[in-house]
Formats: sequence, structure tokens, C-alpha cells
Amino acid sequence: MTGGAEVSNGAGGAPVLGLREVTVRLGSRVLIDRLSLDLAPGETATVMGPSGCGKSSLLAYICGSLDPAFSAQGAVYVEGREITRLSPEDRRVGILFQDDLLFPHMSVAENLAFAIPPGLSRSERRALIAAALADAGLEGLGERDTATLSGGQRARAALMRTLLARPAVLLLDEPFSKLDVDLRTRFREFVFDHARQEGLPVLMVTHDPTDARHADGRIIEIGAVKQTPE
Amino acid sequence: MSGLDATQQASRPGLLRRLAARLRARASAGAGLGFAPRLTLLLLLGPVAAGLIGTALPAFGYLPALGGEGFTLAPWRAFLEAPGVSRAIVISFTTGVLASAVSLAIVVLFCAAWHGTRVFSALQRLLSPLLSLPHATVAFGLAFLIAPSGWLMRLVSPWATGLERPPDLIVVNDPAGLALVAGLVVKEVPFLLLMTLAALGQAEAAERRTVARSLGYGPMTAWLKGVLPVVYPQVRLPVFAVLAFSMSVVDVALILGPSTPPTLAVQLVKWFHDPDLARRFVASAGAVVQLGLVVAAIALWWLVERAVARLGRLWIVSGRRGRGDLWLRLLAAGTVVLSFGSALFGLLGMAVWSLAGFWRYPDALPGSWTLANWARHADEIATPAVNTLTIGLAAAAVAAVLAVACLEHEAQSGRRAGARALWLLYLPLLIPQIAFLFGAQVLLVTLRLDGWWLAVAWSHLVFVLPYVFLSLSDPYRSWDDRYARSARCLGASWWRMFWRVKLPMLLRPILIAAAVGFAVSAGLYLPTLFAGAGRTPTLLTEAISLSAGGDRRIIGIYAILQLVTPFIAFALALITPAFVYRHRRGMQVTR
Repeated sequence: MTGGAEVSNGAGGAPVLGLREVTVRLGSRVLIDRLSLDLAPGETATVMGPSGCGKSSLLAYICGSLDPAFSAQGAVYVEGREITRLSPEDRRVGILFQDDLLFPHMSVAENLAFAIPPGLSRSERRALIAAALADAGLEGLGERDTATLSGGQRARAALMRTLLARPAVLLLDEPFSKLDVDLRTRFREFVFDHARQEGLPVLMVTHDPTDARHADGRIIEIGAVKQTPE
Repeated sequence: MSGLDATQQASRPGLLRRLAARLRARASAGAGLGFAPRLTLLLLLGPVAAGLIGTALPAFGYLPALGGEGFTLAPWRAFLEAPGVSRAIVISFTTGVLASAVSLAIVVLFCAAWHGTRVFSALQRLLSPLLSLPHATVAFGLAFLIAPSGWLMRLVSPWATGLERPPDLIVVNDPAGLALVAGLVVKEVPFLLLMTLAALGQAEAAERRTVARSLGYGPMTAWLKGVLPVVYPQVRLPVFAVLAFSMSVVDVALILGPSTPPTLAVQLVKWFHDPDLARRFVASAGAVVQLGLVVAAIALWWLVERAVARLGRLWIVSGRRGRGDLWLRLLAAGTVVLSFGSALFGLLGMAVWSLAGFWRYPDALPGSWTLANWARHADEIATPAVNTLTIGLAAAAVAAVLAVACLEHEAQSGRRAGARALWLLYLPLLIPQIAFLFGAQVLLVTLRLDGWWLAVAWSHLVFVLPYVFLSLSDPYRSWDDRYARSARCLGASWWRMFWRVKLPMLLRPILIAAAVGFAVSAGLYLPTLFAGAGRTPTLLTEAISLSAGGDRRIIGIYAILQLVTPFIAFALALITPAFVYRHRRGMQVTR
């Protein structure tokens, strides 16, 4: 990928993603208790915990799509700007889910085009799409129906789509858990390589210790351990 | 930290910026849909409430337009003294309750006996075409079938009966209303079956039955003891709707029901359209009685339900395995086949009549075939056909937009409409139409809107909306919301996400819901009659007014048209998305 990197690298070593005392509740249950965190460009952190502990809700809070059933406080900063009250599309936070969630009614290229910010010429957009396809090893597959791609191709297309939106932060919501072991290792490397290249801080949620080891960063345990007090 | 932040931001420009940001956030979050549920309820319940008041006031003598300035009980006295009224009340009550009970029994027994088998899925395939038919069309078909001069008699004559001319029997329009009950059952069985199927989808029915069978229960008993108690509460409202409808139906009762005296609802329609305007007061009193009758029947049903539930519980804990149920299973399948079969053969019969040249009794088929019947009536068909299409399309489109707006609001606010909202949605289906349509017509006359196309379309909306909403709500709610989150995090505003991702992905269920709405509209008789003031004929109202003449060829033509119009709507609803997404395997229906 070209282009997008200098935006997020502008701050040098200063944190790109900052969380300040983020608390997430479901009813009276405290799922995440006053979590604070700073991530510099290219830095990775992993949130681990059992299912239902609120890991995914934390990511949903950061990207602005927390289910109204939950309540949350605390501030989220991206590149020094508070984004807590911004709508999801203004936050510059990209997210990858367990499923690739490629839009089934669009071709591969249309999926990628959907993510490119407005203001570029037609040829520029086309060039970006071609570069992204090449990068993901999907040359010539732009017009294909996403349902005809293999699992690995779909996963890479989903990452490309996320990166084309030029996020400043990358969130990973167990994106490897549905892939088989072999694919999983390769896709994991693919994701972390790209995040490093683009200088994106990565916040990953997983319950797989192998994922955490490969992320090579801080590990934050939440859930059962921290839930007992109060 | 956040406190510090707040003080920093409290400076004037910061405050303005924050306000602007919040407004922008609200707009882009699509929060402008808060009006949707309220507007929908207003459009739905406004006419019902206004209509009920507009019917109740004349019942007590107040209707200034017709000279009723004060309150009096005279309409009630006149109503009670009218000849045949008590008989009409009894007939309405018994036929309605009997038709609902028989329909429910057939559906319950059939599901208990055959759910999860090939027989079940085979009959399930016939469900959608039967559902899209107007009640009146099915009634016409049944009348063609069972009348003394009908198909059944022709098939067995003269070789079995020795008859050379139609026997002098009253089969259709019998005084006890059995033909009416049969006509209702044939149409309500598919409806209740559909509703039961929807409920079964959420009841882990197969697993429950397997558990019960592994404990040694026979297949039917396993279903009745293990599945029915979970499913019935979800079918209760549709059953009440069937009950209310069956007790107060007018078109089916005109075609199949007794005539001297007719059912209460039919009698009321006659009074409402009597040249003697004073009859309208009497009719209003009768409409209030009709409402009371339905309320009483629902209350009675509810009490019986309690009793059955109590007995059922004893039966459940008795541990009886009920294994010798083969004959009951065959009976259950037989009744459903009979019910579906009469509807389909009735339709076929009408198609044959519409093409029949000379047709002697007791020949099973016409002696000659011709298109002359169609050619002769082509001109007079145009206006009602256009009205049916435009009114149906308008009502279905508005209903689909409102349903989407409500469901989208629900998706955003995270508050799912509860059981009480469902009752409100069902209200127009639970209140007998005759009880509020006259009042609504009075309102339309006062506003000088009666007879106008728009008035008919609006009155249709009241009945179309619940079905469109019910049909769309499950697919809309089960749409994977992570697609929306994905799109938003890719930088798409709420609008862009909605138009480019959510609506395109939900195209099929939305079109199907609209087609359901269109089919409902095409089958509405009383709303068309009252709001249209006779000046906006549809295929259905024309067919009914022609039915008095008894010309089977022209009734056949109208019935076939009524069959074709909803069929086209459903075909379009299925073909359009299949064509648009022909290159998208992920959008194709896998079932």
C-alpha cells in the first residue's frame, strides 16, 4: 500500500490511540473497569479474556457502534483528538471481524471501492483498487463475486477494504478464529505486516494465546480475574 | 482526565463546535426516525379510533348530518325489534367460532402428525399461493365446487346419482351457515399454518420432539405435549384475528353464507346502504353489538384456552405415551389435503367456467371452449383492474416504507417493540371492520374525501400495514448488524450504509413484504366499499356485486383476475432480486 502511511506517522512516537478510564457496563455488571491505554504507531496490544467478558464491546465502544444495551464511559483519543462522541464514520478507526463481512451484493472491486474516501478522481480510485488487489494476491479478480473467493482470499480482501478507508487505528475482533490453522498463520502475518508498514496501532481481541504471542505486544487480561472486586 | 477535558471544552467556540458535532452525529446516526413508530401508530390506529367513535355516536342517536342531534336509545330498540336479528347474531357467533376452532384443530393436528416430514414440506409448498388468494376468490371457487350444479355433483352424475338436472338442495347459502364455515376454514388453515410455522422456527421443535420420542412418546403425542405449549402463545394473536374476522366477514358470507336471515355483518352492510337514511342509526347500534360479540367470543375463547391448558397439563403429567395414533395422523393429513384441494379445484373450476362456451348439466367439462367471455367483458374490467393495481401498489409501498422506518428505528435504538406493540399492530385485525368503517366513512364525508382514490388507499393501509410489518420484521431483525458496523467503520455515513448496504441486502424480504401487502389490499372488500362510496370499484367489489347475478362465466373471469394480480406481485418480488443479484451467489436463497 502507498500513500496512507504519512498521515498516521505524522505524530512520530506519540500515541495514536489513547483510552482513558474506559468502563463498559451491561446492566449493573461491570465488564471493563477503567481501562487506560496508549498505543504508538505500529504498536500492538492484545485484550484477552473468556467469551462474554466484554472484549468485543470494548472494540465496539472505540469504533462507535456499541449496542445500546450496554453503557460506557471514558474517553477515546485518536491522534490526540477525542473521538468519543463522533459517529463511527468520522473516527478513522478500522475494524476486522471474525467473519470477513464482505458485502455479498457487491463484487470484490466494488467492496474495495466502497471503502475509498471521496475526493479522488476516477482513475486514482481505480489505481488504488488495482494496487490493493495486487497486494492481496487477487489480481484480475476484481469483478468476481465475493462468494466465489476462497476463505483466505476473502480474508485478505476484507483487510484491504479496511485499509483503503485510511484508518488511523486498526481494531481486530478475533479475525483469525474462524480460519483453519495453516491459513490462520499466514493471514495473521499478512495483517501484522500491513499494520506495521502503515504504522497503524493495533488493538486485538482474542481468546487464543497463539494470536497474542504473534502480536508481540502488551497483553491485557480482562474478565473473570478483574470482575470479582466490587 | 475526562473532567479536565470538559473544562477545556467549555469555552464558547468549543461549546458551539461540540453542539454542531452532536447535531451532525445525530443526523448521521439516522436518529431522525424517532417519528416513525408514532406516525405509523397514528395512521394505523387513528382511523380505527375515529371510526369507532363515529360508529358509536350514531348508535346512540347522535349524527347531526342525518338529523340526529340528541342522544337516544331509539336505534337500539329498533335494532332489537328488527326481524331476524337474534338469529343473525347466533349465526355470526356460531359460524365464526366453529370456523376458527376447526381451522386451528386442523392446523394443530397436522403439525403434530407431520411436522418435519416430506408430506409436510410438500403441502407447505402450496401455502404461499393459497395465502395470496383473496377470501372471496376462494369462496367463489368453493361455491362452484359444492353447489348442486357444481363440479362435484357433475363428476358423479348421472352415473352415480342418476341426476339429469341439478338436485333441489340448498348446499351453498345453507341456513346453518355450514358452507360459510367451510369457505372460512379453507382460507384460514393456510394462514394459521403459516403463523404456526413461523413460531415453530423459534421453538426448537425438532429437538423437543426428539427428546419426547426418545422417552417413548408417539410422534403426535410428543409434539402435542412437548412443542404445542411453547408454540401456541405465539399463535394466539393470529387465532384471535381469525376469530374476529370469521365472525364479522362480509364478502365470504355474501357468497356462501345464509341469506334469510344473513349473518349480522351482512345485515349491517345492507342497513348502512339502505336508501332509508334512518337505518344508519340502527346499523350503528348493530355495529356496536358486532364489536361486543367479537369481544365476548375472544373472552370465551380465552377461558376455554385456560381450561384446555389445565386439562392438558394433567394429560402431560399423566405420562401416557399415545402410540397408536396412525389413524389420527391419516385424518390430519386428509383434512389438510381436502382443504387445500378444494381451494385449488375451486380455482380450476372458475378458470374452466371463464373459458366455457356451451356447458350442459351434468357434463363434467364444457361442450365448447371460447375466449368470447373474456373479450365481451374486457372493457368493463379495465377500471376496476387499474383501481386494484394502483390502490394495492400505493398501500403496499407506503406500508413497506413505514415498516422499514419503524424497524430501522428499532434497530438503532436497540429497543425492540414488545408484546404490547404487537397487540396494537393486531388491533385493526381484531376489531370487526364493520364496527369502525362506517364511522371512518362519516369522517371522510365530513372532510369531503369519501369516494376518493386516496381515501380507499388509506383505508387499505390500515389493514395492509400489519401484514407488511409482520412479514418484514423477522428478516429485518435477523439481518447481521455487523455489516452496518463494518460499513460505518469504513467511513460510510448512516445514509450511505443504509442505501448501499442494508436496503440492497434486504431487497428480497422487503419486496416480498410489499407483495404480501398488495395481496391483502386486493382482497379487501368492506374498506373498499365504505371508503370508496361505490365510486372506486376494484376487481373484488365488482365480482361480489356480480355474484348476485349468478353468471358463472363472468364471476370466473373476475376470480381469475383476482388470482392473477397477487400472483404477479409475488412473481415480481421473487424475480426482481433474483435477476438483480444473478451474479451474486451470496445473495441467492439457499433454502
